[in-house]
Amino acid sequence: MSPTETASRHTISILVDNEPGILARVVGLFSGRGYNIESLTVAKTNEKENLSRITIVTAGTPMVIEQIKAQLDRLVPVHRVRDLTLGGEHVERELALVKVKGTGEKRVEALRLADVFRAKVIDAKSDSFVFEVTGASDKVDTFIGLMEGLGLIDVGRTGIVATTRGSEAI
Amino acid sequence: MKPEESATTGADLLVKALIDEEVEVVFGYPGGAVLPIYDSLFKQNRLRHILVRHEQAAVHAAEGYARSTGRVGVVLVTSGPGATNAVTGLTDALMDSIPIVCLTGQVPTHLIGNDAFQEADTTGITRPCTKHNYLVKAVGDLARTVHEAFYVARSGRPGPVVIDLPKDVLMNKHEYEAPKKPVQHKSYRPQVKPDPKKIEEAIDLIQAAKRPVFYTGGGVINSGPKASKLLTQFVHLTGFPITNTLMGLGAFPASDKQFLGMLGMHGTYEANLAMYHCDVLIDIGARFDDRITGKLSEFSPKSKKIHVDIDPSSINKNVRVDLPIVGDAAHVLEEMIRVWKARQPRLDQKAHKAWWAEIEKWRGRNCLAYKQDKETIKPQFALERLYHHIKDHDHYITTEVGQHQMWAAQFLKFEQPNHWMTSGGLGTMGYGFPAAMGVQIAHPDALVIDVAGEASIMMNIQELSTVAQYRLPVKIFILNNQYMGMVRQWQELLHGGRYSESYMESLPDFVKLAEAFGAVGLRTGNPSELDGVIQEMIKIKKPVIVDVLVDKAENCFPMIPSGAAHYDMLLGPNDRAEKPISEEGMVLV
Ligand SMILES: Cc1cc2nc3c(=O)[nH]c(=O)nc-3n(C[C@H](O)[C@H](O)[C@H](O)COP(=O)(O)OP(=O)(O)OC[C@H]3O[C@@H](n4cnc5c(N)ncnc54)[C@H](O)[C@@H]3O)c2cc1C
Ligand SMILES: Cc1ncc(C[n+]2csc(CCOP(=O)(O)OP(=O)(O)O)c2C)c(N)n1
Ligand SMILES: [Mg+2]
Repeated sequence: MSPTETASRHTISILVDNEPGILARVVGLFSGRGYNIESLTVAKTNEKENLSRITIVTAGTPMVIEQIKAQLDRLVPVHRVRDLTLGGEHVERELALVKVKGTGEKRVEALRLADVFRAKVIDAKSDSFVFEVTGASDKVDTFIGLMEGLGLIDVGRTGIVATTRGSEAI
Repeated sequence: MKPEESATTGADLLVKALIDEEVEVVFGYPGGAVLPIYDSLFKQNRLRHILVRHEQAAVHAAEGYARSTGRVGVVLVTSGPGATNAVTGLTDALMDSIPIVCLTGQVPTHLIGNDAFQEADTTGITRPCTKHNYLVKAVGDLARTVHEAFYVARSGRPGPVVIDLPKDVLMNKHEYEAPKKPVQHKSYRPQVKPDPKKIEEAIDLIQAAKRPVFYTGGGVINSGPKASKLLTQFVHLTGFPITNTLMGLGAFPASDKQFLGMLGMHGTYEANLAMYHCDVLIDIGARFDDRITGKLSEFSPKSKKIHVDIDPSSINKNVRVDLPIVGDAAHVLEEMIRVWKARQPRLDQKAHKAWWAEIEKWRGRNCLAYKQDKETIKPQFALERLYHHIKDHDHYITTEVGQHQMWAAQFLKFEQPNHWMTSGGLGTMGYGFPAAMGVQIAHPDALVIDVAGEASIMMNIQELSTVAQYRLPVKIFILNNQYMGMVRQWQELLHGGRYSESYMESLPDFVKLAEAFGAVGLRTGNPSELDGVIQEMIKIKKPVIVDVLVDKAENCFPMIPSGAAHYDMLLGPNDRAEKPISEEGMVLV
């Protein structure tokens, strides 16, 4: 690796046949070849053609990222691989469910911060809340960080989904 | 016809699909889960089944068949242990890009996941060692899956494909679905035709080169015999030097004066130095394997690199190239020749003359020289004599893995593609003998020789029974040094000559072993008898083991120790002392 080849984060969108084993193929490729997965989401997105979209956030030097994409592309059930990070402007979102336990002062503060972050209360008990927060990952990180001091119990995160800006399909 | 009338069992559909895919031979081994298929095979006479003695050998035999014919090799094994025994062969085929379709039996669908008798998660186990695999869950999908598997195995960069077949699927009934031609796969469509702009750019680089070299590999063989013809034509048109990888041998005639021999770890001095000093490197169907590049930071440092490959993942994997061209070797070469002829470029003759003069100087080192005496047979000598006697016969060579494999690559001359089968990427001891069976099945009248080591041959020796059954006149030419020579050589180089577990104790008497299986055994350790023994081997129209007792201490040179650069070649035993292996090099294999 030359010094100019520094690692950077890339969000890669993969359109695949929705068939058994496809996720194992993709994940096995990453583990088998020593690439890392920072975030992974998958769900069926096209009922008619039975396709799923997998969104993976990974990191690597430009040569490694190029290799990851080429490796993904040669999997037989993969239809399309797009590097959203290289492909121009795109938007990324992540959703988290954040459970916070507390009463009095802390409970009020948690609710106030949730409001600032436009997090929704989706469950409320006398001594707890479950917040739903959506946004770019760093916003979700910040919100969770703030809740740590206010009785954070549990976090569930979806991982990143992403798409390009504008009218073009990914 | 009503559906019920035309419906047949899954097993019969499978056989029909194989016939429609123009399969002639299946290498296999039966078991409970595949009994319906064996029953279907019994009832027909279009497909020939070759019963091996171990499933690994079935895959290697199919590889030999495939590599020597350009067709897809077909394997049939049972569930569980049948499938797991095939894994080494599948991995071998993946690494060397050999088209294989392997049918594995599976427990019935309702028992999958229950730890049923002879159940194994075959698609899970073979996912990383196949190009693709399928689990057929309904008989209605069976025929289509088989056709798709053949398409995937042979298209683009070829490779092994597994179809896992639960027993109930084989017994259920459905109508047959013929293959659709041409195949339009919904997602797998490798790029065959190159981008014309890139061809022009390549010719720009090639015609301006002053110190060019062609570096070509297995991709040219994969592309088919036409690619080898075109390569030879283009190399002649340019007048440039050319070197081949181990997997590419035969793609360009070895006797041609533009040929520099094999490159890489055990490649020639002239080939490796040409790679180091060249200004334009033209890679066609070779994947910059670590046996080739040596120390990456010192690999061909002054060259502009053109890389033609059908698989984009081979490009910029190990070595950054300046001009990647995705496409099939034959298509690319055809275009290159067309543009070259249209341009009629004038080369810098002076520079080319100087380049060839330099190459001739390197050639003058005669890096493959060895000293034959009157007492013991040098392995190199045995192979030179072997080649002398077989060169006018229609012959095919396979090898096992080790020093003998490298000497075979160095000392036998390959004049045409598809006549040389060796395990390059995985380096599987035990490959050569079953591969030779597969070659012999495809070419019944040819002289098929497995150049073997005494250690490697023990790994699939049970196949003597198979060659006896089918009267396959395969020749096993053992260079018997009583060592795992390649291991011993590394221990000498890296571990102070402590030959830990690399001596072959208790070897069988190979002559008697041959006889026990109804084959013929010959032996010699005397240089003056060697010619006679080889001639006799060729004459015998039966399987023969030739046990050639060779010098036990001989090492394979030249050698670029792992982690070293191309100019750091060891040319002989006396070179070693001056060039200690680096710590970085010690960790490499
Ligand atoms: C003990 C031992 C020692 C070895 N020493 C050496 C050595 O000294 N020198 C040496 O050369 N090798 C050596 N090898 C072999 C080495 O490990 C590799 O297997 C070999 O170098 C790879 O050859 P290749 O680059 O031609 O690629 P292959 O493995 O043959 O791959 C073919 C390439 O061509 C591409 N391709 C496939 N089809 C097409 C097509 N239609 N058109 C275009 N491209 C296509 C593929 O995508 C791939 O990139 C050794 C092996 C062993 C076991
Ligand atoms: C299945 C397998 N196990 C181990 C190895 C490691 N290995 C490479 S060469 C070699 C020795 C081969 O000995 P032999 O067949 O006698 O050949 P020689 O080197 O002596 O010519 C070994 C053990 C291998 N390549 N394959
Ligand atoms: Mg040996």
